[in-house]
Order: sequence, then structure tokens, then C-alpha cells
Amino acid sequence: MSEINVQRRQFLKMSMGAAAVAIAPGVFLFDMAHGRTDAVKVRWGMLIETANCAEGCNDCVTACNTENGLSGKINSTDSQWIRKIEIKDISTGRETSLPMMCQHCEHPPCVDVCPTGASFKRDDGIVLVDKHLCIGCRYCMMACPYKARSFVHEPLHNQNPDVPRGRGTVESCTMCVHRIDQGQQPACAVACPNKSILFGNLNDPDSEIARKVRTVASAQVRADLGLNPGVRYQGL
Amino acid sequence: MHSHSPFLLKNRLFYMLTSVAALIVLAGLYSVHLMEEHGHIITGMNNQIVWGIPHVFAIFMIVAASGVLNVSSIGSVFNKPAYKARAPLAGLLSMAMLAGGLTVLMLDLGRPDRIIVAATHYNLTSVFAWNVLLYSAMFAAVLVYLWTMMEARMQPWSKQAGFVVFVWRFALTTGTGVIFSFLVARQAYGSAILPPMFIVISFAWGLAVFHIVQSAIYQWNGKTLDEYVQKRMKNLLGLFVVAALYFVVVYHLTNLYFARQVEFEHFILAGGGIYPLLFWAGYVVLGNLLPLLLIYLPGWGKSHHVAVASVMVILGGFAFLYVFIIGGQAFPLSIFPGFEVKSSFGDGAIGLYSPTLPEVLLGFGGVGIAFLITAVGIRVLNFVPREIPQKAL
Repeated sequence: MSEINVQRRQFLKMSMGAAAVAIAPGVFLFDMAHGRTDAVKVRWGMLIETANCAEGCNDCVTACNTENGLSGKINSTDSQWIRKIEIKDISTGRETSLPMMCQHCEHPPCVDVCPTGASFKRDDGIVLVDKHLCIGCRYCMMACPYKARSFVHEPLHNQNPDVPRGRGTVESCTMCVHRIDQGQQPACAVACPNKSILFGNLNDPDSEIARKVRTVASAQVRADLGLNPGVRYQGL
Repeated sequence: MHSHSPFLLKNRLFYMLTSVAALIVLAGLYSVHLMEEHGHIITGMNNQIVWGIPHVFAIFMIVAASGVLNVSSIGSVFNKPAYKARAPLAGLLSMAMLAGGLTVLMLDLGRPDRIIVAATHYNLTSVFAWNVLLYSAMFAAVLVYLWTMMEARMQPWSKQAGFVVFVWRFALTTGTGVIFSFLVARQAYGSAILPPMFIVISFAWGLAVFHIVQSAIYQWNGKTLDEYVQKRMKNLLGLFVVAALYFVVVYHLTNLYFARQVEFEHFILAGGGIYPLLFWAGYVVLGNLLPLLLIYLPGWGKSHHVAVASVMVILGGFAFLYVFIIGGQAFPLSIFPGFEVKSSFGDGAIGLYSPTLPEVLLGFGGVGIAFLITAVGIRVLNFVPREIPQKAL
């Protein structure tokens, strides 16, 4: 073998080794950054005890508006991320009051229909709208079975920096994702005077919410649609 | 000098018509500017009626753009010479209406400035995203088809191009129907009958538009339509109108049979104010029964009758879409079946919608665009149907 060939082989070996050493930590860090662990994934959810939810009490709605910088106005063109609904069973006359917001479905129709992928579901189950990708077509509003979404019809002022919003885009309850990511509870759950909104990780068998949904009867709204919402209701 | 005057008059008339159309387009663009500045608050649309008049105009034009190509398909795929002579005009009308409809749809977006995002970020599960592909490919396919028909060297490929267009427009109108049929939770939509219904409806609306444009061209040029061609095309329009009505009847009958849908049908067909009125008077009577009488009544069915019938079919189409799109959203979502529901967000209540001038102007702006493309196209290129003597047929 000629001297030149040996030199070339050595050069190739050395450079491959150097490349491997250079890339390896990057690959390792990339994996870390994506948070790939074998642990069970988080699924944030809520359990709402309707028996304690008082008719006429609007504290969760007010807290949501304050936290997220919504005007609180209730014209048909104003955003309402959470609203109180009064329902009455037509055949029995039984009346119930409950809060309704984005149900953070496991199979969200809004995410399916969004042309640009602006509507998306986080790994922890929270369904959000990317305000930079939303083109304002409102197809998600047509698709949502819970009427959970609002379209921003007017220019916005004095926004909360933690909760960016945008005129001409669609928005809905974020489960106060900015609070959750700091280890806090959603504003509505904190504000409820009767502690009717229980927030937690549905996938952690030791969490209060997981223990409770295991032991008491609860239901998902429009469970027949098979969307597996992350919000459940007790006493419906 | 005197002998030139009819020509001069027509020339002036042409410029007048195109100027009016251009003004309408400008008014539509000004509306878009206002909507950009103030937001959709200046339209009648809201959080319950999220799609309004612009969508009625856009969907009409897109559906008709697909249907009008029937004329070319009958010519190129099914080899009927009378239709072959009309294929280029049908192609032009298709592109014109597609352009008008898509412009309205795009400019009604909350953020029309981000339209490029629809091309750079693509969600494969979204019917809208599929439609972005379907519409743009349709444009390209019709353009190539026109090229094969109008350029002598390309003519050997005309049949193949015609076939591609024939298949693609079925996909396109299916895509338009699927926008609604894939909506799981809305009473008015979420039915597999909608895509085929839209396809058949497109045949009727497209042919109606074709009839009107053809009549106008013949009138303008002082020609009369060959009686044989006129009779065939008139009967075809009648057939399409009946077929479309059949699908609409089956759609409503199915709903009426399901107990959970009866309340919705009652709203649309009887108790819902403007919607039943538009459905019965606008769609059924004006858009179907009267045109059928004009077409089939003995002694009628002449060119001018068919032109009037076509206008009625189009007006009926707008009435149908208003009821289907806006009436379908006005009826409240059934979030708690079996419960009476009320809230600050319009739950359980009929949605209110009154269209405002800007959105109406935007819709007409789209029609203006379609008109301009058609008028200028016919003026500068050879789109006027070349009559083939009857014995050659």
C-alpha cells in the first residue's frame, strides 16, 4: 500500500472520530431538549363539580377576563373564553349551572380542520392557537362542538404580555398555560369560591383529580362524539 | 361615418360595462381596506355566524366554476361537437369565477396579509388545506386545457387535458362539499350526501351561468343560436335543475326522519323567519319551479326564456347558500341534547346576522373580477363559440 493511501486512511479515520466526538453531545442535548423520558405523559385536565357551582356566580369568568386581558363585554362579537351556562333538563325540569370553556379534547376537531396548523395540541394535552400562524379563516369555530372559540373582531389595546392575542385571529381558553408552566393553577380554578373546579394531571394516578375521577361519577360533554375532552363534569 | 355608429356604440358600451365592473371591484377592495382597519366588527359576522355573505358569494362562484366545465367535458370527454365548440368559453368562465370566488374567500380572512402562511404551513388533515391544492391545481389544469384547445400545435393533447380537468373538478367540488360534511357537531352539516349534492348543484349553477354569458355574446354579435344546440342545452339545464332539487329534497327528508334533527328542520323549513322564506320562495319557487316552467312549458323554452330561467337558477342558488351556510350556523349548537340552555354567549339561542355594506361589496367585488376576466378574455382572445353547421353534428 502506498504511503499516500495509508495517510489518506488515517486522515479519514481521524476526521470521522472527530466528527463523532463533535456531534454526540449535540444529539444528547437535542434529546434532552425534547424532554424524551419514559415517564407517563402529563395530561392536564379539570373536574367540575356542578352541584357546588352557584347560579349567578360569575367569579371564574371574571378571573379569566382579568388574567387574560379580555374586555369582559358580552356582545356577539366579543371574546368569551369561559362562560356560565344554565341548563334545564326538558323532561325532568332539573336545573344546573356550569362553566363552559375549551374542553381540551384528545382528538380536537379544531386541530384537524386548521389549514395552517395554527390550532395545535401540546404534549400535555392543552389545545392552543398559534397567533402567528392563524390566518383567521374561522374553520375551527365551525368545527368546535362546544362553541369554545372566539374571533377577535376589533383591534386590541393594553394586552397582558403573558397572553398575546391578535386582531383577526381565533382564540380560546388556554387553560392558563402561562400559569401552568410556572407551576400555578388556572385562574378560574383559583377564583372559584366553592372550589368547584379541580385542576390537575389526569395521567398521574396519585393526583387528586385522577383519584377523584376514579371514585366519583363524572361525564364528558358530548361524549358521543368520541373526542375525549380533558374537562369532565360531576353531577350532569 | 353613419355606418360605423353601431360599432362605435358597442365599443362605448363595452368600455362602460368594464368601467362599472372595475368600479365595483374597487368598492370591494375599499371594503377590504375598511375591514383591515377596523376588523370584522364592521361586518355582520360574529362569534356564532362566523361565515357570512362573503362565503355565500365565494362558494357560489367556486361551485359554479366547477360546474360550468361540464360544457367542456361533454365536448372533449363525451365527444359532442356542439359542446366542443363551447369548451374554450366554458374554460374561461371557470377560471374567471374561480378567481373571483377565491379572491373573496382570501380577502375575508381575519389576516389576509398572511395568505402565504397557507402555502408554507400545511396541515394534511385539514379539508381547507386540501382545497388550497385542489383550487390552485384546477387553475393550472384549466389553463393547460385552454392552451391545448386554442393552440393548433397542442391540439392532439386536448382530449387528455380535458379528461384531467373532468376528473379534477369532481375532486374539487367534492372538496367543497366536504368542508361542510366533515363538521361533526353541526346539525346542518356533517352528512355524506353533501359532496354529491354540491357536485350536482354545480352542474345546474354552472350551466345557468354559461347560458347567460352565451346569450349575451350572441345578442352582442347579432347572431342567433342554432336551434338544435339551443334545445339540447336547454334540456340539459332542466335535467340538472331537477337532479339538484332531488338531492336537496333527500337531504331534508333524511333530517326530518331523525328525531334529533326535527327541530333544526323545523327552523329551516318553517319557523326560522328569513330562512324558510328564502328556502321556499327563493330556492324552491324562484330557483327551481319557475325555471322548469320556462324551460319545459309547451311553446316556451326559447332562448330568451332559457336566459331568464338561468338568472332565476342563479338567484335561487344564492338563496340556497344563504339558508345552508348562514341558516345552518344560526341554529344553535346542540351542546347539551335534551336540555334547555342559556348563557351570555348565545348558547341555545338563534344566532342573529344582518349583513353590512362592506361584506356585500366584497362579494360583488368578486363577481366584478369574474366579469372583467370574462369580458376582457372574450374581447382579446377567440372564445366566441364557432358554430358548426347542423348537418355536421
